[in-house]
Amino acid sequence: MKLFKSRKTSALMSSPYIAWATIFIIIPLCMVIYYGITDSNGQLTFDNITTIAKPGYLKALIRSVELALISTLVCFILAYPLGMILAGMKLKNNSYIVTLFILPMWMNFLLRTLTWMTLLEGKGVINTILDFFHLPTMKIINTPGAIVLGMVYNFLPFMILPIYNSLNSIDENVINAAKDLGADNLQTFLRITLPLSLPGILSGITMVFIPALTTFAISTMLGGSKILLIGNIIEQEFTQLYDWNLGSGLSIVLMLFILLNMIIESVSSKKGDR
Amino acid sequence: MKKIFEKIYLAIILIFMYAPILTLIVLSFNSSKSRARWGGFTLKWYVNLLEDEAVSSALFNTLAIAVLATVFSTIIGTFTCIAMIGLSKKLRSIIMAITNIPMINADIVTGISLMLLFRFLHIGSGFLTILLAHITFNIPFVMLSVMPRVKNMNFYVYEAALDLGASPLYAFFKTILPELMPGIISGALMAFTMSLDDFIITYFTKGSGFETLSTLIYNEVKRGIQPEIYALSAIIFVVVLALLLLVYRAPSVKSKEK
Repeated sequence: MKLFKSRKTSALMSSPYIAWATIFIIIPLCMVIYYGITDSNGQLTFDNITTIAKPGYLKALIRSVELALISTLVCFILAYPLGMILAGMKLKNNSYIVTLFILPMWMNFLLRTLTWMTLLEGKGVINTILDFFHLPTMKIINTPGAIVLGMVYNFLPFMILPIYNSLNSIDENVINAAKDLGADNLQTFLRITLPLSLPGILSGITMVFIPALTTFAISTMLGGSKILLIGNIIEQEFTQLYDWNLGSGLSIVLMLFILLNMIIESVSSKKGDR
Repeated sequence: MKKIFEKIYLAIILIFMYAPILTLIVLSFNSSKSRARWGGFTLKWYVNLLEDEAVSSALFNTLAIAVLATVFSTIIGTFTCIAMIGLSKKLRSIIMAITNIPMINADIVTGISLMLLFRFLHIGSGFLTILLAHITFNIPFVMLSVMPRVKNMNFYVYEAALDLGASPLYAFFKTILPELMPGIISGALMAFTMSLDDFIITYFTKGSGFETLSTLIYNEVKRGIQPEIYALSAIIFVVVLALLLLVYRAPSVKSKEK
C-alpha cells in the first residue's frame, strides 16, 4: 500500500502545502478571532460576540438558518434522483451530459442572481407573461421565497456534482452481489447505494448550506433592503461602518455554526464507514 | 416507462436551469430598456459593451486570475494528496481538516480573514492578493476531488508495475496518474469554476480600483440593471458553451480513430 519508501519522504513532500495552509488559512483565522475578542483599543472583550443576542441581529441569524436549511433540502431532493439517473445512464463519454448540468456554474454567480431579479420583478418577465394570459400576477421579489429560489438556482450544481461523482464511482459488482444475495431494489438502495453515496451527499450539503447561510449578495439582490441576513450585517460592518471588531465577532458566531456542521459531517461519515 | 420518467425529470431540471439564462439572452437583443416590453431587435447593447474599456479590463483580470489559480491549485492539491498517502492517519486527518477550512468556512469569513492578513503584511491589494486568495480557496476543491480517488486506488497495480521493471516515475505516470485523472480533471474544473464565479472573497481582497467581472457587475447592479449587462451575460454563456463543445469534441474524435 505504500507509495513512498518512508514517512519522511511523505512529510517532506507535504511540507510546502503545510506552510501554505499555515500562512493563508490558520494565521488569517487567528486574526479574525483576535479582532473578534478585542475592542478598538485592543482590550479583551466579549461584547462583539454577545451582540448576536440583540434582537435585530438574532432575527437575522435565525432567518439565515431557516432559509439555508430550506434551500439545502430542496437542492438535495432535486439533485439525488438526478444523480441516480445520470449514474444509471452509464454514459460512455459521461462528462458531456453531466457537464450540461453543471454548466450554469460557469455563468457568473451575480449574473445568475440577476436573472431572477429580471424574472421576478413586479413588472418583470414572469408577471408580464401571467398578465398576458390574464392570470393574477405574483409578488415574489423581495420575499424570503425569492431568496430561497435564488439560493437553489445558484447552488444546485454544487449538490449535483458530488452526489453524481459518488454514485458513479460505486462498483456495479457490489450492487449485483447484493441482488444475487437476494436483496430487493429498496434494500439494495438503502443498504448499498445510499451508504456508499453518503460522502457525496455530505459534501453536497456542506457546499450548499454554508454559502446559503452566509450569502449577502443574493439577499441584497432578491430580498430588497428589507430582508437582512447575517451575511448582510457582517458585510456592512466591514465595508460601510468600518467596525472590524464587531464584524469579526459576528464572524466568530458564524464560524461556530460551521464548526457544528463539521462535527455533524464527521460523525455521520464515520457512521457511513462502518 | 421508467426511462420516460427519467427523461422528463432531466428535462425539467434543464429547463429550470436554462430558461432564465435564455430569457436574459433574448433581453440582450431588446431595444426597449423595459424588461416587460419587446421594442424590436437591436445590437446596440453589444456595441456599447465592446466599447467599454472597464469591462474588457475586468474580463482580462477575471480570466487571468482563474487560469493561474486553477493551474497552481491543481498542481499543489494533487501533489499533496499523493504525498499524504505515506503520512500517519492522524497527521493526514489533521491536514485534511485544515484544508477543508476554506471550503466549508463561509466565503465571507475567508474573505475578511485574508483581507486582515494582507493589510497586516502590507501587500498592496489587487491582482496578487486576489490570486493568492483564489489559490487558497481552490486547493480544497482539488484535494476533495482527488483524495477519494487516492483512497480507493489499487496500489498493487503500481507495485506490480515496479515488480515488472518499471521505474517509479514511469509506473506513476502509467498506473497512478490515469486512475486519478477523472478526479484531477473534475477538481480542476471545479477550481476554475469557483474562481470565475467567486465574488465574495474577491470583493474583500481586491482593494479599490481593481475590478473583476463579478465586482464590476455588483457595482453596476447597485446602480440599476442596464441592458449592457444582459449582453455581457449572453456573451459569457455562448463563450462557455463553445469552449465546452470544443473540449468534449476533441476526445470523442480521438476515440473514434481508435
